[in-house]
Amino acid sequence: MSSNVESSPPVPSLLVSEPEGGLMVAIRATLARDITLLLRRRGEMLNPLVFFALVITLFPIGISPEPAMLASIAPGLLWVAALLAALLSLDSLFRGDHDDGALEQLLLSPHPLPLLALAKVAVHWLMTGLPLALMAPLLGVMLALPAGSYLVLAASLALGSAVLSLIGAIGAALTVGLSRGGVLISLLVLPLYIPVLIFGAGAVQAAVTGANVMAHLAILGALLSVALGLAPFAIAASLRISLNG
Amino acid sequence: MWAFIHKLGSPKWFYAISARLLPWFWVAALGLIVTGSVWGLAFAPADYQQGNSFRIIYVHVPAAFLAQSIFVGMAASGLVFMVWRIKIADMAAAMMAPLGASMTFVALFSGAVWGVPTWGTWWQWDARLTSMLILFFLYIGVIALRGAFASRDAGSRATSVLAMVGVINIPIIKYSVNWWYTLHQPASFTFTARPAMPAEMYLPLLTMVLGFYCFFIALTLTRTRTEILRRESSKRWVRQLVEESR
Repeated sequence: MSSNVESSPPVPSLLVSEPEGGLMVAIRATLARDITLLLRRRGEMLNPLVFFALVITLFPIGISPEPAMLASIAPGLLWVAALLAALLSLDSLFRGDHDDGALEQLLLSPHPLPLLALAKVAVHWLMTGLPLALMAPLLGVMLALPAGSYLVLAASLALGSAVLSLIGAIGAALTVGLSRGGVLISLLVLPLYIPVLIFGAGAVQAAVTGANVMAHLAILGALLSVALGLAPFAIAASLRISLNG
Repeated sequence: MWAFIHKLGSPKWFYAISARLLPWFWVAALGLIVTGSVWGLAFAPADYQQGNSFRIIYVHVPAAFLAQSIFVGMAASGLVFMVWRIKIADMAAAMMAPLGASMTFVALFSGAVWGVPTWGTWWQWDARLTSMLILFFLYIGVIALRGAFASRDAGSRATSVLAMVGVINIPIIKYSVNWWYTLHQPASFTFTARPAMPAEMYLPLLTMVLGFYCFFIALTLTRTRTEILRRESSKRWVRQLVEESR
């Protein structure tokens, strides 16, 4: 028996052993590459923020500059505007990589695509969702949002925009192969955003009225963990469809 | 058992087997819908509160049932297509989507018409209405995504993924919309508070629901058969079939 095993030809080590720390290296490289790319195109990073501020500016002009009126609708306005700003940035999530062929390299890599896609989504959130969350309190001041709800606004947006990025990435991956995916992506993604909007705006509303905030934030966290578990697989499958189809 | 399912997966066999089933479903659908309509519209007693306007229920409720079931059916077909690459499943899913969207529209529209005499308004941001509206948008997204792809196979697989993502989200959306509604305003009208229906109102409704389901199966089978002929038009058996029917 033992001689039999010894006599079998040695398996080429190239095919079996991964390079040292393979997966972590790949994830770190994807993260570093995407962050570098975004830092070199700062305009693209600023666009959602400017859009957010502009949309918020439109509402007092369109509805009423009355502080009491604005304060009552501010939680919903801030959340809807932030959601639309996040939506605006989705199309560029995979578009550049698709056009220059980097996405194909990502698909060809031996590492699990869901994790690499998750790394890309994480960078997207870091560069759009988080800045939006940090900027929202400033716009809240302009909308006369009652004091005491600013921290909740930023926290709910930070949590919620991560879910938005994950769900939105599915839509972006599905439409990346299409030349005119821009409008389609909002049609696909917006219905799926509704739960996040309900609990996100609900958290801020609860903070304004003095109700329990943690329930809303906890559900946002639950949505995030479900999306973290499932969305990467849907994103990976969608990317494969878009590139092989 | 497995052999039968594998046979069913081949377009040719599906075409032959469905030809035998089809007349039964059409007869059942027509019979049940005609019986249910006449029974419900003419013979069921009028509601003591709503009068005759309650009879919209005989269209509204079956349509709403179908609207939700068809999405689940579409996602299940998408799963079958993605896992086993059974083309029939994708054809069926493609044929189901427009019917599902129209059933959602029928449910919304009949609900609006019903809302005028009972609630005094066409539209109310009620939890059920809202989640139905979102379901309608999901259907439109699925249909639009399939149409956007130049390659049929890519479109099929993308639509399957979207349908599956959607079906995971439907319970979350329903639950969150319920939560949102209860948070914002007290329930002015609920469907559950209505007095329990007597049997002479309930049985025609059941007949209509069954009739709508039979109609859905019959229509999907018919349309899938047409789609088979269209997609497989270059195959020999389809050509022979066309030759024979001439």
